[in-house]
Amino acid sequence: MFYRETGQFKTSYAADMQIFPIRQDRIALWVVLAFAFIGIPLLDGLQVWPFGGEYMLRAILIPFLILSLAAIGLNILTGYCGQLSLGSGAFMAIGAYSAYKFGTGVDISFGLFDLSIPPLSVLPSILLGGLMAAIIGILFGIPSLRIKGLYLAVATLAAQFFFDWVFIRVKWFTNYTSSGSVVAPDLNFFGYVVNAPIERYLLCLVFVTIFALLAKNLVRGNIGRQWMATRDMDIAAELMGIRPLYAKLSAFAISSFIMGVAGALWAFVYLGAWEPLAFSIDRSFQILFMVIIGGLGSILGSFLGAAFILVLPIALDQVPHALGMPISVETVSLLVFVITGALICWLLIVEPRGFARLWLTGKEKLRLWPYPY
Amino acid sequence: MILFGQFLEVLVSGLLAGVLYSLVALGFVLIFKASGVFNFAQGAMVLLAGLALVRSLDMMVANGLPFWAAIMLALLFAALVMAITAFMVERFVLGPLINQDGLTLFMSTIGVTFIIEGGAQMLFGSDVYPLRLFPSDAWFLFEDSFPGGILVSKIDVWGGLIAAVLVVGLALFFQKTKTGRALRAVADDHAAAQSVGISLNWIWFIVWLVAGLVALVAATVWGTKLGVQFSITFLALKALPVLIIGGFTSVPGAIVGGLIVGAGEKLAEAYLGPFIGGGIEYWFAYVLALVVLMARPQGLFGERIIERI
Amino acid sequence: MRKLTLALTALALGATGMTAPAMAQNEQFLPSLVYRTGPYAPNGIPFANGVADYWTMLNERDGGINGVKIVAEECETGYATDKGVECYERLKGKGPTGAGYFSPLSTGITFALTEKVPGDKIPLLTMGYGRSESRNGAVFPWNFVAVGSYWTAADVAIQHIAKELGGADKLKGKKISLVYHDSPYGKEPIAALEQRAKVNGFTFKAIPVTHPGVEQKSQWLAIRQDRPDYVLLWGWGVMNSTSIKEAAAVGYPRDKVIGVWWSGAEPDVTPAGDQSTGYKALMLQHGAGKFKVHADLEKFVISKNKTATKDDFAQVLYNRGLLNSMLGTEAIRTAMKKFGNKPMTGEQVRWGFENLDLTAARIKELGFEGMVSPIKLSCADHQGADVARVQQWDGKAWKVISDYYKADRSILDPMVKDASAKYAAEKKITARDCSKES
Repeated sequence: MFYRETGQFKTSYAADMQIFPIRQDRIALWVVLAFAFIGIPLLDGLQVWPFGGEYMLRAILIPFLILSLAAIGLNILTGYCGQLSLGSGAFMAIGAYSAYKFGTGVDISFGLFDLSIPPLSVLPSILLGGLMAAIIGILFGIPSLRIKGLYLAVATLAAQFFFDWVFIRVKWFTNYTSSGSVVAPDLNFFGYVVNAPIERYLLCLVFVTIFALLAKNLVRGNIGRQWMATRDMDIAAELMGIRPLYAKLSAFAISSFIMGVAGALWAFVYLGAWEPLAFSIDRSFQILFMVIIGGLGSILGSFLGAAFILVLPIALDQVPHALGMPISVETVSLLVFVITGALICWLLIVEPRGFARLWLTGKEKLRLWPYPY
Repeated sequence: MILFGQFLEVLVSGLLAGVLYSLVALGFVLIFKASGVFNFAQGAMVLLAGLALVRSLDMMVANGLPFWAAIMLALLFAALVMAITAFMVERFVLGPLINQDGLTLFMSTIGVTFIIEGGAQMLFGSDVYPLRLFPSDAWFLFEDSFPGGILVSKIDVWGGLIAAVLVVGLALFFQKTKTGRALRAVADDHAAAQSVGISLNWIWFIVWLVAGLVALVAATVWGTKLGVQFSITFLALKALPVLIIGGFTSVPGAIVGGLIVGAGEKLAEAYLGPFIGGGIEYWFAYVLALVVLMARPQGLFGERIIERI
Repeated sequence: MRKLTLALTALALGATGMTAPAMAQNEQFLPSLVYRTGPYAPNGIPFANGVADYWTMLNERDGGINGVKIVAEECETGYATDKGVECYERLKGKGPTGAGYFSPLSTGITFALTEKVPGDKIPLLTMGYGRSESRNGAVFPWNFVAVGSYWTAADVAIQHIAKELGGADKLKGKKISLVYHDSPYGKEPIAALEQRAKVNGFTFKAIPVTHPGVEQKSQWLAIRQDRPDYVLLWGWGVMNSTSIKEAAAVGYPRDKVIGVWWSGAEPDVTPAGDQSTGYKALMLQHGAGKFKVHADLEKFVISKNKTATKDDFAQVLYNRGLLNSMLGTEAIRTAMKKFGNKPMTGEQVRWGFENLDLTAARIKELGFEGMVSPIKLSCADHQGADVARVQQWDGKAWKVISDYYKADRSILDPMVKDASAKYAAEKKITARDCSKES
């Protein structure tokens, strides 16, 4: 009734090929974007619950956006190209530490000549951080040409542990601080220092919007179709003339780039000061969860998965206290473990293809409603 | 001579440490072989088994039972806990997920990991509980040939012996018993096994039970080594490279993989570590695994992956 | 299904909003970041209990601080930095005046919060951990590394070794190794130890152990082959007891192993059983055991069953929790002298910390006599004490085996100055002029 394409005629190829061919989807997207870009800042400015305090922005929305970005990155690799990776944390760390190095100035002496880059401002630092992650991503993507499935997942753990170690051991990356923990430089964008929570939120939002649109476009284009063909059956794809080298490595590169940018944002915008533990194996698992619970091969799913995995434990954690139940913190956090685990299992049983699939089913139902067929 | 002695010492302790990783890796192999599930919960199962064992043991000893009786009862109790876990996992998680692809099953076992970690600590406490079943000092061998001798810690040797017994036991179970043969049939072909009247649900329960018992054995050794506490779940991550090198489907592979990983990482730490800053064994094991995979994508003993279009 | 999703969303939104019900105006809100689960829980639990019990006792015995009741709330961090930041954001604005101060009990969380507290104007009490250079209050106005930093600890450990050897000159040519948790926490002392190695002429070697430290065979085999004269241990959680066990396994004498104060509590030695006998550790001034304050705790908290404390009562980390709370509440009391007996804001509590003067008489009054020596914080000195003792595990209990050592500030102060100047330059902070602070 509300969701029906009847009467929406496509009169040009351009119209037929647009990202969201259905008008209702376009409207919904604009509404969401308008709310995110205008509504939330307004609500924050007017101190309307729950956006008034800093908590919602700083502790929920900012990490949600950044982790969604990382989930989009992993979804390109795992969801679209079918290459399972448990090294997301490592690529985020590469992005974060490279951005930090570019932001504080690089000085390498190669004996014959010196490479010296003055401290860059934040935007190029973050993007260069992503680029470094992409380069390393290609390097660690090479084994994927030979190793598949769960074996590959465990192989990407090599990247995870190796970079955990590199950033803790190689003092050059941390500018020789005594503790090995580093502090992000000011978020200075062309002379304007981003500091207030709402500004930080908008900064992340801009990044996420741009990359989500880019990703959405990529996956419907030539390269995205190559990825999906490789995912569905790589040998068949190869026989059809898709070069696995190109398809797989491009997926690794783009996914690592996005994860690198997400890592840089996580370090610069959310944490402010960090140590390698911030990008440990736990982070890799968290992001993989988001992708799988959200739905493999879906950009929307990345957002839904990120929201679920991030918000659920936080919300569960606060329920007993908010209701005034006298349960100790210990029991609560263990219960959160159990409930999160149970919900994950339950979701996988109900819909193994994640929230994105549920969303599609919902859309189908809406399309027919109120008639059964 | 001193240098050779030191080399031998590192090698021996590495090999033995590797066998202890194999104890954890064995549980992975059993479940993967029979049901194609990559069971990430194995580390959590070691924690659960260890907690059940040590908490019931402490309680019975405190109530005046003699130690030998208490340990028997505690082992029984822990085995019972593992059986209940196996039943629940099969009944409520893997049963409904039948015929899903490997990734979904893998994720569901991570869900199971959360449940077990939370539940185990809720039931038995999240403190550190010392367990003393094996001696934890060391022998010093060949003291006349090498100054200071070659250090071999007793608990590692015990671990090795137990692993050997376990592997022989599992081999006998798989080769000689009816259930074991049924297990192998299921591993070969689910549908064919079902058609000759083997109940898949029953088999999977058995597999999880056996993996749970292997976890209990691992818990006795690792619990004595570390004390029973949450950190024991991190063993799962140390067992993964072992698994890859050996291949997901091979019991002897898990042992050989353990030996290679243990010796490799300890030698690397001792002889490569000082030059590049130390603490390298964690990633070295994985890089070693990666190198093996590049040569043999199915691991050393894994079944050849055949793909058809 | 969708209904459930909706319900969950509603629950989530509700939970985040319901947290600020109308509160009585005469309450001081004090947050407590704890970890009662996860790999470091055995050490986190007793500390958290000590912190909570002291506050409960003040409420039960005195009706709070000068009549202002303490309202406490715990938040589980699991020792994870991002979870710690979330907890901080959740708790910082609660109560009529916001959080009084934060104690994260994690070096990682401390580093992250150091960047956030100046904006929120909430002091960070990092008693015996955190950034060693934050002693310089001119550059770190909100960090209070009260009682002792890792650099103090490193210095005192070397002094104790020198004393055991029979003089600082005997250190020359000796070998001292550091087995450390491979994280900012474990790395903090290295700078101070390297400095000391230069001054005293001993060979220093740092041996990292990967988090969480369950596998240390290679490290201790290296020690067995290298035979250092002393081993310093900078571990946390399960790493400590594993180190002691491995030391025993390779036959390294335990009385030559000296742990930092975070490696010197009961959960660190009991899992290793008899093998721990002889192991030494620094004390953050206090040790285990009951003092005058414990009588009040038993009377007002334990007997009334208002606590999660079980057998950890009066253990090392429990007592450290007490001390942590005592410093915080005394800072609030100091602030009240200036600002009046009402709930204090973070900024006022900071003033209280900077003017905190715990004299011997006041410590006795509080029932902490024998646990701590006098501490006086100021704008320029956010540490306030340079002393520590050494204790030894005799198989059943910790025994104090030394007198107070005083860390050599002539070595440490230039390091604090350099490191804080570097931080100030990096963050473009202009240091406060402490002579103008009141």
